[in-house]
Amino acid sequence: MELAPLLQYLISGLTNGAIYALIALGFVIIYHATTIINFAQGEMVMLGALCAISIYHLYPSLPLAFLGGVVLVTVVGIVFERLALRPVKDPSPITLIIITVGGAVFIKGVAMLLWGKEAYNLPSFSGDAPFHMGTATILPQNLWVLGLTAVVLLGMEAFFRFTLVGKAMRACAYNPRAARLVGISLSRMVQLSFALSAALGAGAGILIAPLTLGVYDMGTMLGLKGFCAAILGGLGSSFGGVLGGLILGVAESLATGLISSGYRDAVAFFILLLVLFIRPQGLFKGDS
Amino acid sequence: MLILELNGISVAFGGLQALDGVSFAVSPGTVQAVIGPNGAGKTTLFNLITGFLAPQSGKVVFQGDEIQGRPPHQVARLGIARTFQLVQLFDHMTLLENVMVGRHRLSKAGLLAGALRLPWTKHEEQSIRERALEELAFVGLSDRADQPAAALPLGLKRLLEIARALAAEPQLLLLDEPASGLDAVETERLQEMILALRERGLTILLVEHDMGLTMEVADRIAVLNYGQLIATGTPREVQRNPEVIAAYLGTDWQT
Amino acid sequence: MNSRKLLNPWTLFGAAVLLAAGVLDNDYYLTLINFIGIHTLLVVGLNLLMGYGGQISLGHAAFFGLGSYTSAILTATYGINPWLALIAGLVVCGVTAFLIGVPALKLRGYYLAMATLGFGIIIYIVFTEAQTWTGGPSGLAGIPNLSVFGFKLDTPKRLYLLIWPVLGVILAISANLVDSRTGRALRALHEGENAAQSLGVDTSRLKLLIFIWSALYASLAGSFYAHTLNFIAPASFGFMFSIKLVTMVVLGGMASIWGSLLGAAVLTVLPEMLTVFHDYEVIIFGAILMVVMIFLPRGLVRGIMDLWAFRRYKKEGKIIA
Repeated sequence: MELAPLLQYLISGLTNGAIYALIALGFVIIYHATTIINFAQGEMVMLGALCAISIYHLYPSLPLAFLGGVVLVTVVGIVFERLALRPVKDPSPITLIIITVGGAVFIKGVAMLLWGKEAYNLPSFSGDAPFHMGTATILPQNLWVLGLTAVVLLGMEAFFRFTLVGKAMRACAYNPRAARLVGISLSRMVQLSFALSAALGAGAGILIAPLTLGVYDMGTMLGLKGFCAAILGGLGSSFGGVLGGLILGVAESLATGLISSGYRDAVAFFILLLVLFIRPQGLFKGDS
Repeated sequence: MLILELNGISVAFGGLQALDGVSFAVSPGTVQAVIGPNGAGKTTLFNLITGFLAPQSGKVVFQGDEIQGRPPHQVARLGIARTFQLVQLFDHMTLLENVMVGRHRLSKAGLLAGALRLPWTKHEEQSIRERALEELAFVGLSDRADQPAAALPLGLKRLLEIARALAAEPQLLLLDEPASGLDAVETERLQEMILALRERGLTILLVEHDMGLTMEVADRIAVLNYGQLIATGTPREVQRNPEVIAAYLGTDWQT
Repeated sequence: MNSRKLLNPWTLFGAAVLLAAGVLDNDYYLTLINFIGIHTLLVVGLNLLMGYGGQISLGHAAFFGLGSYTSAILTATYGINPWLALIAGLVVCGVTAFLIGVPALKLRGYYLAMATLGFGIIIYIVFTEAQTWTGGPSGLAGIPNLSVFGFKLDTPKRLYLLIWPVLGVILAISANLVDSRTGRALRALHEGENAAQSLGVDTSRLKLLIFIWSALYASLAGSFYAHTLNFIAPASFGFMFSIKLVTMVVLGGMASIWGSLLGAAVLTVLPEMLTVFHDYEVIIFGAILMVVMIFLPRGLVRGIMDLWAFRRYKKEGKIIA
């Protein structure tokens, strides 16, 4: 096989993979704090993209659109936790699954009402003039995605490792009872986890919007792939989730190029089922 | 012949040694109690015998078979039944249905046979129902057979859980703090019940905080402290054991 | 222990089916009623898994589709007898459910939900992409009618006379199952997995069995669907239809056989009758799922029944104690 298309696949794979990684991290953060898998996570990605696009149409400033989109969606995440999850009397997994699935469908339906079914464009962060690397083409937006994702991931790591709040969140995940005993408010941490992962999802959506357009039904697929990435990395490990995202993105992109573009979305789920079959604890985790 | 033998059982959770080389044996037809301060490893021991946990080392021998590491349902099928420290009933099922589930290991109608209601399953259902009603009567809950389990007060829930375990006709019954949450009258009844079960020939392993009850019903007592077995013997011997007294000093020694 | 009284739900059901057969002559209504029947088949199966067993499938539309496409392809393309094709569909769905269920059910909680969701999306993509087999997005036409003893089921009325009696049998089988040793074990596993295991219930085997069982219902419904419409396309078997099925279960009530009929009927008829409902379908499903599960986690009808029964027993309890 020739090298040139391979490099091209690698670039687009890594770009998508970075997005999956951000979404995966959103899953991991909420799972850590609550052991909930938030099926509405993908809808936060969609909302981020569409909110940013609308803000940009009102006032064409990309930084403002980015910030505004993230803030709005963070609020949605907090409200969702407050209204739909906190009042649950019987938090069994099946109840929580149905509620977050319901939330996802609801948010998607509202988005369809607000934005309709058409796809919207958000301009690239710094133009569309491509770089050439050998025969492969790199768009500036590819670099933005990779760069900003790296910054965000490092920022998250620093947050969990060095700040008091971040440490408190980790303590809650590790031992909720002990955390409560030392005066950490569990419900505050849960709220924070929903806020953070909504923000991460929104960021992912806004980053990818210039490459894929923003449309009301983009969330389901992206959310699922983020989940695949999280599982691949062994749910509960942020580092694993990031690696899982990158692996997934590249695998998907290679399969698209080598097999058929129609089956592109099937690849992620095939990998998911394969991982469930062979190594349900994820690729990078020793224990189950 | 011993019904249950524990041989050098060790379990650790992370850095915590929950059980450390524990060995003791239970003779058939006796009531064996396990006592010890909170966190001594009593519930861990129960989970280990019933297959919810596997030991890192050591053997659990039930009627001559090594059973450590087998999944809970297989252990149950050999004739070991248990109750839980936090009562685990099937809340939305009726009392009768709860006890009927206890007959699971002794009946065999599968999914298809049940769905098609094959003639032979009717007889089986009938006998399941009758036996379940007997056990409900034994614990004194017959008149509530058709109520959902969730509607019972805690004391009666514990009795229902015992009836459910009895329906499995176990050779060995494990009771995990059956008296906690019971008032004095109910505890009295529980005590009579345990003695009546011993009369039936059942072997009982009992974890209990209520020392009055334990001393009354137990034939032998094993004392755990920080995962180690510090004494075994008759209630009288154990009560006089200086190591046991030391372990319990400053803790809640209820009499 | 059904009472032998004349006024039990089964005689009522039978009488209603017969009555409708005599009275109804409008093809539109009969077709709608046939769809209610097909949806009820799906929902009863899903309810056995979800409501009774406590496991959730977010890809049930895929089994529906597999049954449908197996029937359609074998009959329309290869001219195989529809009843043989229907059986082939059952085999395909059973084997597929086994393959998905084995890994996913070994793990607790969310894995089955995610695995079935992913599976549903893969199957949908296959329906769309494998054009040589499925006809792609534009669908597969020319599916022949079913016939019984040479009697062709080519009108809504005739189909009605097949679908509803079969549904009656399936409902009876399901009610039997729920009230059998296995059914009790299933409900027990839902309410307390550890306790069920401690009584000798092999919970992972049981979960797998019921998952396969419910996939078979979906396959049967799918075959009926293909022969009812004589045309199928991937759009009927997507993610939103899986969600619609879950909503029917939740609305009718978890762990309720008759509730399944109710949930299926309401959510089949409403979108037909009210255009508003149709336009806002997605939002309404989402809202139903969230609101019902937050306040009545056993589903709407069941939840209300529970509240009532619990209150009554609580009262009696106080009198006795």
